[in-house]
Amino acid sequence: MLRSENIAYQVGKKPILKGCSLTVNPGEFTAIVGPNGAGKSTFLKVLAKEIKAQKGNVNFNGCDIQELNSEELSKIRAVMPQHTNISFPFSIEQIIEIGRFPHKTSKKENDDIIESVIKHNKLEAYRGRLYQTLSGGEQQRVQLARIMAQVWDKSAFPKYLLLDEPTSDLDILHQHTLLNTAKEMCEQNMAVLAILHDLNLAAQYASHIVLMKNGEIYKQGLSEEVLTKQNIEHVFEHPVELLKEPNTGRTVIISIPKSVRNETYKQQNYA
Amino acid sequence: MSKAIQFTMPKTFSANQRIVLMMLSLVVVFFVSLSVGAVEITLKDSVNIFLNEIGLGATEVSDVKTLVFKDIRLPRLLFTILIGAALGVSGAALQGLFRNPLVEPGIIGVSSGAALGAIAVIMGMESIFGSVPEHYKQYLLPPFAFLGGVIATFTTLKLGKYKGKVRVTILILAGVAITALTSAIIGLGIFYSDEQQLRAFTFWTLGDLSVATWTKVYIIVIPVIVTVAGLMYHARSLNALALGESEAYHSGVNVERLKNITILLSALAVGTAVAFAGIIGFLGLVIPHIIRMTISSDHRVVIPGSAIGGALLLILADILARTVVAPAELPIGIITATVGTPFFIYLLTVAKRKNLI
Repeated sequence: MLRSENIAYQVGKKPILKGCSLTVNPGEFTAIVGPNGAGKSTFLKVLAKEIKAQKGNVNFNGCDIQELNSEELSKIRAVMPQHTNISFPFSIEQIIEIGRFPHKTSKKENDDIIESVIKHNKLEAYRGRLYQTLSGGEQQRVQLARIMAQVWDKSAFPKYLLLDEPTSDLDILHQHTLLNTAKEMCEQNMAVLAILHDLNLAAQYASHIVLMKNGEIYKQGLSEEVLTKQNIEHVFEHPVELLKEPNTGRTVIISIPKSVRNETYKQQNYA
Repeated sequence: MSKAIQFTMPKTFSANQRIVLMMLSLVVVFFVSLSVGAVEITLKDSVNIFLNEIGLGATEVSDVKTLVFKDIRLPRLLFTILIGAALGVSGAALQGLFRNPLVEPGIIGVSSGAALGAIAVIMGMESIFGSVPEHYKQYLLPPFAFLGGVIATFTTLKLGKYKGKVRVTILILAGVAITALTSAIIGLGIFYSDEQQLRAFTFWTLGDLSVATWTKVYIIVIPVIVTVAGLMYHARSLNALALGESEAYHSGVNVERLKNITILLSALAVGTAVAFAGIIGFLGLVIPHIIRMTISSDHRVVIPGSAIGGALLLILADILARTVVAPAELPIGIITATVGTPFFIYLLTVAKRKNLI
């Protein structure tokens, strides 16, 4: 279980996080959603021990992160950044192999794992290619493959994938390929915690939602309980409608410009 | 996907095969270098001198040849190999650390600090060190140059740290500031120096391998081996660092320790090299690129490859330096730049075309 209690973080006098508590269980796909500046990325950085919060604590499977060094942490959780620019030409295999850094496994074992994550991410066609020559979507899939290779080993304890807006620049095909692969990992005694900007992607893939606003967790819980019209409108300060997709019956969230909606209300009132 | 946009690493030789190929070239160049010079020493002579030395020799080789081989060519060659390896490997590690292909070892202030130490010794040779026996005077400059390099590096590192963490951008700017300050002091030194001192200093800044002796080889061999071995040990960490600092941290790298170790090892190697051979530019910048463009960017290849490549290029440069204006000798720095630049520009053109950089 990944658990954070009362995380408070501030830069100078400006509070960024004001007491965020969260629990993520293995097998769950949790999405953190909220407007820009809500503190989502900072929260994820605290959970990854990239920055240290002034108050509160984080623990993975009962171990306080302050007691774990970077190598021990890297065997429990892997983190996927929003963008990764690399400074030198590396092939995709070389990038993925970096995920094996903390492990003392043989070259043969590493090669097998690299092979498996390449297959899982459907990257077979890109073998031997240089990372820089790939499109943004392809690069993100290579990064997912890399962090999967980092936590691929079988273990008695649950592991965690922390993803920071993994799909922000991707087209719909790449968005779904990437999130599908991430969701599959939940079945292997793993939990995924992802910051997602697209509410619909969050609704489709996440079992649990953490709704953040102004450095606080406004609501958290099961996806359908949190993603209501009222909650979303309150957090994003913008009108939305929840509709049923006719074929699957799934909920879709749409937003409309305030001006258009006000116009429509006026017309309805006159009528 | 069309073939035109598919770039793969050349597959003719594997990375390991290419490293072996480089080592073989090093052996060839090693013997060529031994035989080039005023006294002709053939490969057969070299082997015979070697056999005579270890007591297995049967063929007489003239005393002159034995003497030139043992006391001049061989120590100079080993000296050249060590200096070349030190400069190449430090350039590779620092480019990896700063994630910047424009970095050369001087960026951490080590060369300019060493230059300051050097000019201090050159200017004080008569007034301060006048009483030092003539034989030991050649050993005065290296410790002071090394000390200058180390002080400059530590100052740069100290300025580049904030709350115990190395900020790479600040570190680079601190290096620039330290270099500017030392240049100013060196300028002042030059202003007050006489013709002879000025000439000595100018030649020092162009590098000099003719100063090689067995003693100097023994002194520099340890720091160079420690640096090459230490950096090879951290090659995988440097690979992870290529993704970025936080990415490397998330992958389990102790990033702060890596930064400190890389800077200190590079300063040790470059400081030693500069202290004994003066400033030999270009090698540390170009060699790692040549390895990346021709073999791979994997630091497990770039680190040893740059050590071998640095040695290889410096031997070739030294052969030219000794022969072009024989019996005089050109400063080595002139040759490394003239030989290195056209080759580097050629590689840049190829890399540009293939979109590798």
